[in-house]
Order: sequence, then structure tokens, then C-alpha cells
Amino acid sequence: MSTTLLNLAWLIPLFPFLAFIIVPLVTYRNRKLSHGLVVGAIAIAFLLAQIVFWTAVTLPEGTLPFESKSIHWLSAGVERFRLAVYIDPATAIMLFMVPLVCMMIFIYAIGYMNFGTPDEDKRYSRFFAYLSLFATGMLGMVVFNNLLAFFIFWEIMGTCSYLLIGFWYEKKYPDPNKITPKEAGLKAFIVTKIGDLFFMIGLALLYAKVGSLAYRDIFSPETLEYLATTSFMGTGFPLAAVIALLLFGGTVGKSAQFPLHTWLPDAMEGPTPVSALIHAATMVSAGVFLVVRCFPLFVAVEQYTHIEPIHMAIVAGIGAFTAIFSSFIAIAQDDVKGVLAFSTISQLGYMIAALGVGAYVAGAFHLITHAFFKSLLFLSSGSVIHGMEHGHHHAHKDHKEHEEKWFNPNDMMNMGGLAKRMPRTFWPFLLGGLALSGFPLITAGFWSKDEILAQVYTTPIVFWTLTIAAGMTAFYTMRQICLTFAGEPRTEAARHAPESVPSMTVPLAILAFFAVTLGWVGIPENLPGIGGIIPNWFHHFVGSTIETGGHEHVLKVAGHLSEAVHGFEWAPMLLGMGFGLGGLLLGWLVYGRKPLKAGQMDPVEAAMRKVWLGWLYEAMRNRFYFDELYQATFVKGSIWLADVFDAFDYGQPVKKEIEGEIVLVRNHGVVDGLVNLFGYIGRLLSDVASWVDVNIVDALVNLAGNAGKFASIGLDSFDFKIVDGAVNGVGAVTKAAGRPLRRIQGGLVQNYLLIAAIMVLGLVVTFFVIIFQMPQM
Amino acid sequence: MIPLEWYLLLAAALFCMGLYGVLSRRNGVAILMGVELMLNAVNINLVAFWRYTEPAAATGQAFALFVYAVAAAEAAVGLALIIALWRTRNTVVLEEIDLLKG
Repeated sequence: MSTTLLNLAWLIPLFPFLAFIIVPLVTYRNRKLSHGLVVGAIAIAFLLAQIVFWTAVTLPEGTLPFESKSIHWLSAGVERFRLAVYIDPATAIMLFMVPLVCMMIFIYAIGYMNFGTPDEDKRYSRFFAYLSLFATGMLGMVVFNNLLAFFIFWEIMGTCSYLLIGFWYEKKYPDPNKITPKEAGLKAFIVTKIGDLFFMIGLALLYAKVGSLAYRDIFSPETLEYLATTSFMGTGFPLAAVIALLLFGGTVGKSAQFPLHTWLPDAMEGPTPVSALIHAATMVSAGVFLVVRCFPLFVAVEQYTHIEPIHMAIVAGIGAFTAIFSSFIAIAQDDVKGVLAFSTISQLGYMIAALGVGAYVAGAFHLITHAFFKSLLFLSSGSVIHGMEHGHHHAHKDHKEHEEKWFNPNDMMNMGGLAKRMPRTFWPFLLGGLALSGFPLITAGFWSKDEILAQVYTTPIVFWTLTIAAGMTAFYTMRQICLTFAGEPRTEAARHAPESVPSMTVPLAILAFFAVTLGWVGIPENLPGIGGIIPNWFHHFVGSTIETGGHEHVLKVAGHLSEAVHGFEWAPMLLGMGFGLGGLLLGWLVYGRKPLKAGQMDPVEAAMRKVWLGWLYEAMRNRFYFDELYQATFVKGSIWLADVFDAFDYGQPVKKEIEGEIVLVRNHGVVDGLVNLFGYIGRLLSDVASWVDVNIVDALVNLAGNAGKFASIGLDSFDFKIVDGAVNGVGAVTKAAGRPLRRIQGGLVQNYLLIAAIMVLGLVVTFFVIIFQMPQM
Repeated sequence: MIPLEWYLLLAAALFCMGLYGVLSRRNGVAILMGVELMLNAVNINLVAFWRYTEPAAATGQAFALFVYAVAAAEAAVGLALIIALWRTRNTVVLEEIDLLKG
């Protein structure tokens, strides 16, 4: 098959973008047409992406990466940027995942935003327009051939996440400490911008050194060798390591790695489809995809200089630490989406850790499987929340007094027994949860997690961190399933929760299918028994990125890849399996065997309090106080700085008693002080002048006045009649002339502007008349 | 290649939309938006003329960047004024703000 069909990739981001343009401009009043357009656009993108994907897969080996004809895109001075689509295996698998998950989420959103019911969201069409722009950002980021386009689409996603997280911006909670959607949107935007700043500096440095941002140029062996062997400003660090770390800064922000992880849990304030879209399937994956994309750059140092580079250790360390750190937090969360948020952070840590030890294929594989099962989990938890809200309304329809008390539909302590009420939500959730905890052999999560564990096995500290994190993941997933679905309902709302509409449950079923089967394309071939029945297609396909991209050394550097192919290690698989099953079992023993009663304390919390570890549980529940820490340092610091500048101008406000009332008076700051100093000097000068005036000038004037008085007696009548008449006449004329002109000075700025605009127009007309008259003159 | 005139027409249209917005909207924020439109129309002109007349020197782009910076400052000052107005007079409708009336 030829590569012609791959050119269709141009059109993939186009259709969602068109929908984004059309919906707010034309169809926003017609909600059905609006969501139809958005879903239709993503469906077309999905079909095109499938064509591209299957074409790419069936191409003979060595054809990829494919780069289309380029178009002239941006000019800066004499510099020309060119844009083309670039398809390599990493792009292809993303094209398989992204439009499919997006389409499921969009369909789900129709039901979630209560289409066709009285509760329909009042900004329904706008929501779909944002979703569509978001999909444009992700798809554009994936298909184009240079890092500048990557960055632009990356930022489009950043903007959309701000808009979507803060979508219910008017929402306020009775608890002032709970973050509102508006604040959460701002927080997500600002925190990820910190990472983006590093990304941008990295891009600038890369461009300054290489003179191009196209993948073909920056990942060519000559460039990589140059970057790996040149030191950065004489410090001895290779340029490649510095640039890779700067780019990784962008990943830390976008993929919510420690220490920039604080935005993701709060981003759950957005509507649930947004949580699934941004914070499970696509946006956070973008950060990992950046490392996948720039992987040759990350391993260049080791490849060309054979020195163990420190930056890879940093990447692996941050990933592994994030994985275990957020698992601890997830155990103590009561918000159903909060648990998922921290498990997302932890799973992203897995991928980053895998990439940090060079396990490129395993990282990419987990990226894809995780996107499916995590979006599945988010969507089903959204369905649960939706059911709880409706159940709450239903249960308290007759008692108005209950409406006064605020009810949190996200709190798992309010749920319980929902498996019977919502079976079509329960089963997908269970499958997603099992995939997340790596239930052996059948789920996708098992195979991808196993591959990561197998490949980090040679780095014991990373391996044990990740294995323990895997056990904890299984434990809190079981806790979540039991608290939500098992036992008896703990509130009236849970007792009355209805099953969600089909537009919500059908996407769940489809995603559940992929959450299970997707792992089968990546089963290690040398696994005794079932290995080789289905070829390890994923490894062949994605691994070939490196082999055919002229980076065959990378494979050897990343070593683990080839090892995994040649000899099969039982230990990591058995350990991973053991910890996963152990976590699930423990979770069931604690939460499933004796389901929680209403008002009962979490058994783990109770046990920890008994052994004087209550403070630790409290810290876990409060996310180890990182929000408070940042609030106390960075936020307070910024406010303090602003206050300093304010004081520079005005001075600090102090309380003063004036006429029996206490009012705030500002002391004079530096600027005011300077102004007052000049005022003081001026007053001194004027005092001197006044003395001169009174004592000398007045005497002279009086003298002249007395002389004049004598002279003027005769002129008195002349003065009254003629001089006064003339003066009054001038006054009267001015007054008469001023009366109509006064009306122009109406105080309305826009009228002034209108006059100015008319005047300018008049001048322009005059100018042209003169210009065109010139030749005849 | 697209003729220069098209860009100029686009810029002129954008400028007129902005001007109309500035003159006709009652809300101060909307008026600021109109001003931004006008500034961006100017940017289009600058970049278009640069591209078609002096593509070798990046002067048009440099000026567009200056305009961005000025526009950002203008928006900051304008919004600060509007917030101050809201606090003191509880309105952002410019028709109701006629302190300058003669």
C-alpha cells in the first residue's frame, strides 16, 4: 500500500476546528444541531484517523516515518517555517486512541449535560464548542511535523482546559475553603504555564542551536551528535541534556508530575466529560507524548558519549516518586473523582518513570491503555455522580427543607449499594477498575503495567517503588469500588439514584471493550503458554520508530527493549501480579467483606488512629499540605510583592481617629513623599514671594493707585459707558457663542470619539480630494 | 498569491467593526474589545505591507509586536479604569458616566 492515504492526516484536526468556528457563530441557538455538528466533526476525524492508522500499520517496514509535502507556514524576517504532517508509529497509535476516546466522551456529554430535559445546561452549545476546540488542539499536536506547531496546539489545549474547568464559573460552595470552578480553572492555567515556560525556553535554546524545529532536522543523527557532545555555555553539561530537561519541564506541568501536580485534583471541578477528556485521556497524555516524541533527544547523550546522563535519572526519579506519592494521597480521598485524579497522577508517574529508564515502548503502551481505562473510569464515575444528583432531587422533592442543606454528590461516603441501582454503570466501572489495578491476564492495564515493571527491573529502586505503588493502586481502586457500589445505600440520594440515559452508558460499554482487549496486542511473545498466540504487534510497530529513524543505537542504550525480547523474566511479572492481586484482596477484606454503614468511619482511618498514625492519614487526606504550602509561599509571596509596590506609591494604610470616627488613612509612601516634597518647596517659595508682594509690590501699587485715583475722577463716566460697555459686550458675545458649543462637551466619551472619527474621515476625504486634484492644478 | 488588497480590505473591515463597536456599545468592556479589534486591524495592515513590500526586513512584524505590547498595556489600564468606575459608581455603562460634562 502506498503512503498517499497518509496525506489525509491533514484533515483530521480540520473538522473539529470547523465545528468550533461554526457552532458559536451560526448554530449556537439550536442545541441539537450544535452537538450534532461537534459529534459529526469528531466522527469524521475518527474515520480519517482510522484510515491513516490502518494504512500506517500495513505499510512495509522502513517506510515510516512519513512526512508529507510541506506548505509555507510562518515567516519571521527571512526565516520560513514549513508545516507538514508527520506520521510515525507513535503518531499512528495516538491517532487510533485520541479521536475514538474523544468521540465517546462527546456522545457521553450529550447525556451528561442533560440534553432535552429541564436541567439542560444553559451554556450547552458553548460547552460543545470548547470540547471541539480541545480535540483540535490534541489532534493538531499529534499530526504535525515540528515542535513549534506542537507548542501552539499544546497551548490551545491549555486555554481550553482553563475554559472547561471553569465552565461552571458562577458556582459557589458554602464551605469557603473548597475551591470553586473559577479558581480551579485559573489554578490549572497558571500552574501549567510554569511548566510551559520551561518548555518554551527549551524550544528557544533548541532553535538557537539547531536552526530548525522540524523533527526531521532535530532528530537527525548529525544534530543529535552535535547536541550530545557540545557543552552548554561551558558548564560541562551536554546541550542535549539541558534541552531535554527544559522540555521535560513542560511535561511536568502538563502531566501533573511532582511538584506541579496540584492543579489536576482541583481540575475535577469541571464537568465530568471534561475530567475524562482533559485529565485522563488527552491533555495529561500530551505531556507524556512530548517525552515520547523527543525521546531521541533524551537518550542522545548516552548514545553518543556513553556517559550515564543525570537527566534521565531525574526523569525516572520524578516519575517514580510521583507514582508512589500520589498513591498515598488517593487512599485517603473521599471524593469519587478525587481518587481517580490522584490515580491519574500516579499512572502518569509510571509512564514517566518508564521513559526515564529508557523503556520507550512500554511507556507508550501504558499511555494508550491508560487513556482508555481511565476515561472509562471517569465517565462511569460521572454517571454515578449524575445518578446521585438526580436521586437527591428525587428523594427530597417533597421536603423543601432538605434543599437548604448542601449535598455533595461526589462524596463516596454518601454512596453505597449503587451496583443494584445502576448496573450498566457498575460493570464498566468494575472492568475499568480492574484494568487500573492490573488484574492479571485479561485486562489491558495488566499487560502494559507488566511491561513497564519488566523493563524497570534492572533498576531496583524504581522497580520496587512502582511495584509497591501498583499494590496501593489496586487497594484504593477496590476501596472505591466497594464504597461506591457495594453494600447498602448510605443516603436517601443513593437509594433513589436512577440509571443514566443510553447516550451515557453506551460509550461506557465501548470503552470497557477496549479497556480489556487493547492489552492483547502487547503480550510478550516469549511468555510461556499464551505468548505468541497473538503477536506482540505493539512492540514491533512502535519499537520500529527507533529502528528505522536512524537511531538503532537507542535500542541498545535502552537495552531493556532487546533484553525483554530475548529472555523472559518471571520475577517482575509475578511480583507485579502478586502486589496487584494482594492489593485487591486487601481492599476487599477491609471494605468489601463488611460494607461501610452510614456514618461509620473509614476502617483505614480508624486503624491508623488507633496506632497513633492519625496525623499521617490527615496529611494524606489533605494531599500532604502541598496546596497550603504553595499558598503560603508563592501566592502569599506574590501578594506581598504587590503590597510592596503599592506601598512604594501610597504607603501602608493605618487607622486614624478623625472627628471621633476611625478611618483608614494611608501614610505617604515614596512616590507620594516625593510629590509632597516638591509641594513643600513650592510653598516655601511662595511664602517668600508673598512677603515681597505685601511689603514692596503693594506699596508701589498703592502709590500708583492713588495717583490714578486723582486722574480718573474725570474719566469716570467714560469708563462706565464706553469701557464697561465694550467689556460686557465681549462677555455677552462669548457667552452667546459658548451656549451652543457647550452641548458638544456632554461628558460622554463616545460622543467625543464619534466627533473625532468624523473629523478624521473628513480629513481623509479632504486629503484625497487634494491629492486627486493635484495634477489638474 | 493572494493580492495585497484582500488583506487591506480585511483589515479595513475589521477596523470598521471595531470602530462601530467602540461607538455603539454601552458597556465599557465591550468598548475595550472594539479598541482591540481596531488595533489588530492595524496589525494586519502592518504585517501585510511588510510581506508585500519589504519581506527581507522584519520591520512590519516588529511593529506589530510593539502594537501588541501597547494593546496589552492599554487593556490593563482600561480594565483597571473600568474596575475603579465599578467600585465608585457601580456601573460600567459609559452613558451614565459623564463627569466631564461641561
